[in-house]
Amino acid sequence: MANQQSSEIRYLAPITVDIKKKKYCRFKKAGIKYIDYKDANFLLKFVNEQGKILPRRITGTSVKYQRKVAKAIKRARHLAIMPYVADLLK
Amino acid sequence: MLRQYETVFIMTPVLSEEQMKEAVSKFQDYLKKKGAEIVFEDQWGLRKMAYPIQKKSTGFYHLIEFKAETQLVKELELEMKRDERVIRFLTVAMDKHAIAYNEKKRREKEAAKEAEEENK
Repeated sequence: MANQQSSEIRYLAPITVDIKKKKYCRFKKAGIKYIDYKDANFLLKFVNEQGKILPRRITGTSVKYQRKVAKAIKRARHLAIMPYVADLLK
Repeated sequence: MLRQYETVFIMTPVLSEEQMKEAVSKFQDYLKKKGAEIVFEDQWGLRKMAYPIQKKSTGFYHLIEFKAETQLVKELELEMKRDERVIRFLTVAMDKHAIAYNEKKRREKEAAKEAEEENK
């Protein structure tokens, strides 16, 4: 009897438990040692639509490589490979 | 100290093909004269720039990789600053990872070229 009662609690929609995907540093994982400032398509992954550099908390990059990414993007901007300001970059 | 450097510079698109080649060879000769060893060169050609520089939206990109003394970089940059044909330049000192990366990329390119020729 007691068993039956407890099984009567039902949810209309299945409760969603958020399983957060663990972020990782793609450079550490892939063993990339050098970030090329001439490769605009690759650097595009680390900027938002306005051309701003994305923070680490979004991309998951480690501190060591975030510094290198930032430097590469800034070099690319100087050489007009990437824009300083943009609209709808992606 | 002898180090490896990489210089990318952008020239104005108003130059003719010959004028551009002349400007490039000027810097090559300058480097050679000053005792630098040119490791690699790449002509990217006329490229659209991400934003206009000196009211121009395209430019000739040229890359030179060379081994030289530290002092020479300053002199080369001064020479580029004085040259009106060059609208932007960047010199980067390369560490061992950068050198390895560039060599790997070059090898891959060559391998791709060879494969293409074999297919022909």
